[in-house]
Amino acid sequence: MKALSQKRRHPLAAIALLLMGLLVTGGLYAVASTVNQAKATTSTNANDAEEGGKLFAANCATCHGMGASGSQSGPSLVGVGAAAVDFQVGTGRMPMQMNGPQAYKKPAQFNEEQTRQLAAYVASLGPGPSIPEAGLLDEKGDAAAGGELFRTNCAMCHNAAAAGGALTRGKFAPALAGVSGQHIYEAMVTGPQNMPVFSDANISPEGKRDIITFLKQIEANGSPGGADLGSLGPVSEGLFIWIAGLGVIIAFTIWLTSRTS
Amino acid sequence: MSATATPDAPAFVAKTKGGRITNFVDERVGGSGILREFGRKVFPDHWSFMFGEVALYSFVILLLSGTFLTFFFDPSMAETRYAGSYMPLKNVEMSVAYSSSLNISFDVRGGLFMRQVHHWSALLFVASVSVHMLRVFFTGAFRKPREMNWVVGGVLLILSMAAGFTGYSLPDDLLSGNGLRIIDGVIKSIPVIGTYISFFLFGGEFPGTAIIGRLYMLHILLVPALILLMIVMHLFMVVVHKHTQYPGPGRNDGNVVGYPLGPVYAAKAGGFFFIVFGVIALMAGFFTINPIWNYGPYDPSPVSAGTQPDWYIGFVDGALRLMPGIIGDWKVEQIWFGHVFTFNVLLPALVPAGIIFTVLFTYPWIERWITKDTREHHVLDRPRNAPTRTAIGMAGFVWYCVMWAAAGSDLIATHFHVSLNDVTYWLRALFFVGPVIAFVVTKRIALALQRKDREIALHGRETGRIVRLPHGEFIEVHAPLDEYKRYKLVGFESPSPLPAEPNANGVVDSKEKRRAKLSRWFFEDRVAPATPAELAAAHGHGDHEAIESGETQKTLSH
Amino acid sequence: MGNHSDGSPNHSGTVATAGQNEVEKFQDPGIPPHRLRLADTDPKAAKRAERQVALLFGSSVVGTLIFLVAYFAIDLGDDTSIATIRLQNALLGIGTAFAMLGIGTGIVHWAKALMPDHEVSEERHAIRTEEDRLAAVRIVDDIVEETGIKRRPLIRNTLLGAVALAPLPALAVFGDLGPRPDNTLAHTMWAPQDGKLKRLTRDPDGTPIKAADVTIGSAFHVIPEGLNELHEGKLNEKAKAVVLLMRLNPESLNPSPGRENWGYNGIVAYSKICTHVGCPVALYEQQTHHLLCPCHQSTFDLTQECKVIFGPASRPLPQLPIAVDSEGYLVATSDFKEPVGPSYWERDEHERNRNA
Repeated sequence: MKALSQKRRHPLAAIALLLMGLLVTGGLYAVASTVNQAKATTSTNANDAEEGGKLFAANCATCHGMGASGSQSGPSLVGVGAAAVDFQVGTGRMPMQMNGPQAYKKPAQFNEEQTRQLAAYVASLGPGPSIPEAGLLDEKGDAAAGGELFRTNCAMCHNAAAAGGALTRGKFAPALAGVSGQHIYEAMVTGPQNMPVFSDANISPEGKRDIITFLKQIEANGSPGGADLGSLGPVSEGLFIWIAGLGVIIAFTIWLTSRTS
Repeated sequence: MSATATPDAPAFVAKTKGGRITNFVDERVGGSGILREFGRKVFPDHWSFMFGEVALYSFVILLLSGTFLTFFFDPSMAETRYAGSYMPLKNVEMSVAYSSSLNISFDVRGGLFMRQVHHWSALLFVASVSVHMLRVFFTGAFRKPREMNWVVGGVLLILSMAAGFTGYSLPDDLLSGNGLRIIDGVIKSIPVIGTYISFFLFGGEFPGTAIIGRLYMLHILLVPALILLMIVMHLFMVVVHKHTQYPGPGRNDGNVVGYPLGPVYAAKAGGFFFIVFGVIALMAGFFTINPIWNYGPYDPSPVSAGTQPDWYIGFVDGALRLMPGIIGDWKVEQIWFGHVFTFNVLLPALVPAGIIFTVLFTYPWIERWITKDTREHHVLDRPRNAPTRTAIGMAGFVWYCVMWAAAGSDLIATHFHVSLNDVTYWLRALFFVGPVIAFVVTKRIALALQRKDREIALHGRETGRIVRLPHGEFIEVHAPLDEYKRYKLVGFESPSPLPAEPNANGVVDSKEKRRAKLSRWFFEDRVAPATPAELAAAHGHGDHEAIESGETQKTLSH
Repeated sequence: MGNHSDGSPNHSGTVATAGQNEVEKFQDPGIPPHRLRLADTDPKAAKRAERQVALLFGSSVVGTLIFLVAYFAIDLGDDTSIATIRLQNALLGIGTAFAMLGIGTGIVHWAKALMPDHEVSEERHAIRTEEDRLAAVRIVDDIVEETGIKRRPLIRNTLLGAVALAPLPALAVFGDLGPRPDNTLAHTMWAPQDGKLKRLTRDPDGTPIKAADVTIGSAFHVIPEGLNELHEGKLNEKAKAVVLLMRLNPESLNPSPGRENWGYNGIVAYSKICTHVGCPVALYEQQTHHLLCPCHQSTFDLTQECKVIFGPASRPLPQLPIAVDSEGYLVATSDFKEPVGPSYWERDEHERNRNA
């Protein structure tokens, strides 16, 4: 031990450390990339696209048309990419229950495998954003940088604490708590419904990773001040003081001025 | 107390320890006169009389917690990079003011608690001032001799809003910065001098680097000093007038019925301070308020959905939202003589608040002019016994609430799954018809309650017991009231319209005619209190029968 | 029940008008007889109340201890988790609440249950006596008379004039609170500098944007090139210069004559500062092409050059004319053609000067 601490200041120590670092990084990368490859092979299974085509014809073609070429009641899905399908189907927004200002999030109608098959089918129709790699969803980005990006690009619709907000004529930006990093990422690259598209040229994949890191961190943190009252800002605070605050105070005043039996 | 010795009396020897202390103080600084006057002063007891105290106590708590915050807060707009312990903002560029607010929240022990105590008590302060004023209005406590105190109360309401707003802006977070930006936009809409005021306030263009420091001085020095001054005047006048009391047996304009200050009332009022403090502490411990760390530092580019002011400025924000900027094809913003008249901002920002505060300040004189009632009033009106005043108050309250709701239109839309635009259209309609509906409905309810009181005074309470009489008739037994309970229901005045009277020159001028019209509007729908003669008549009918009163009463009186 | 107004103005809605004269009124029966409390009659109940009060005071002591323990046992350092801060905050809250509510409810319970609860009646005294008032009026009259102010209008008028003018210096010293407004409000950083057109760059990192980066349906939040390098007045410039960049199908844009070249292949840039009171209008709906302001819900239609279609704004958002430079980056060909942001008194004048 003592020898080690003495050699710490040796001129070659820095180089040795660097080499070690490179080795470890390289090794880890090799392991990680094989894992990714393994995933990739499962997701581009040719069978998937075929199965997905069947599922599509049975469940989606009514609105989106045969071959996903679109109809009056639904847009064409050629070129929307696997990410769009994974988001829309994975969050239960599609199939839609009824036409309305906006599709609502609801329990997913298809299981993971079926969703993957549908995505593979739609992806086979034309190139589009694909499902993000696991490395971008590891929630280990820079939360502070993600926070800045989030406030500039997202907070005006989704609220600074990601509690959601209103859009015109019955549309709204949903709250982001409980949404998986993958779905958040897919929403950014595909721009579902009225959400603008945030392509990689606009917010880089690392930026998106930072945003997801930020969102997951504030969600995990919770509010240091106690219950967050929905993170809705002064309106919920005002309601709280008038109903709960004054209510409790009035209860006390009534007790205080009543006669004891 | 024993400390009532006169100067020429032989040396006074107190027998008790309390007496000796009282004597010691009195011999040096005097004050036994004050104690004699106030020590046993009588205060009436009613829960609705406590809101003024809630306001006073939350102000004291504001001073205490605010002083703590000043020790750590730095109102500088100089740029810095955050180096505190809150990870999601690490190294983000921000103002020193915002950074020090974050430090109070995350790095000062108990700092977050103090911030939350301060902000919750600020909300409670303005809320209790408002509820206190509503109580005073609806019970007619503003009448002679208390008109001036009502005005001081109105000034206190405005000052409390000013204190709240200047404080809301201090942390220099995204939410309050956008609030300031809105204020800047409203100021710029003022004709002729708007741009100048904006440049003077911000020390140049928005946002500049001066505003936080300036608001800080107003927030911790000028506004609290004015509030303190007004509170002193307010309490002084309360002492001069003594407290009002609700009508009831044994209470009249010539007396005060209640508990003596020492010990009962002082104990209750003193204990209540601790209760208010405790309630605020509970809220501060368990409910987040103004989570500035969520909003991020102020930057003119981002904005958060749901950007609203604190509740007491909400009605102005709501009015701004309700005003259409274009009506049909007509732009509300007009260019006259080469200058811009921004009516789409000016009207909603100034007119509703102007109307509310003008009516608030002048109402005691308006009502006195209409009713020609120049007597002193120390017994309150039950709201139902002044139907028109109650209706006016409710109309104003509903009007305020419509604007208030409009400030949350986006949250109403998202939480009730309706269209934001439809919420605005409905609230625009309610802005005009809401007060009218409220007036009519409130007046009818008040009159109905008065009639119910008459009914009960004359026939007693329904007991729910059904009895069959020997000749087969079923009746419900009514329990007669005792004379104390009955007096509460009948002991009020019900003035009738006061016709126009000629003035000193024997002429009925047009102003007097207008007054007479208003007087009729004020008093034409009325229910007179039951009289002993009616009670006797009712007993003659038998206790059970509902009085077919309308006709009988009219024939009785005509 | 008793019928009410029949609507005709002569017949007022009076249900009953009897009881106008004093004789027919009910007599005030006086304060109701005092009712004894349990604690007044039952020594056991009194003892119980006493113990309850002591218990409440005791709970206050416990609260104070909780506060002290929470304050000293939990220290805040750089690695304190949010959960720890939340715990400390809650403990401080519950400690204070117990400490305060214990004292408060204890005292009130003591007063209610054990102190005498006889209601007493006290006479009100007139606020002033007739005699005092007459004397006061006389004094005021004497004072006015002795000054002779009524007989010497010259003195009175000059005094009024002097007093009216005296506050002016007090107002004047506030004259340097800020600079006089000039036409800075009419200009933004987008104006080309030394003939060089400003590139559109991403907010917040300031990297330039290529036209090809802006795909259909995108929305970019944009600041002018060089904003991040400003040392002074960065926020002031940003407050005027922020822009939202969007791309839609060129067919859905309907540019008015003279503005055909302000966009590039369906890419358009509009000021983000609301023409109502200045909030950032940043909510872009990519399918309806509406822009919504989150503060007061003004809605602008991108396909009609950001005309107001809903809400309190009266003017369209100003458009920033853009083009593509030789390297493919988006640039602003000029400053906005009108002042951005909320209206102000001199705005129209500034706009005319800009376009003159």
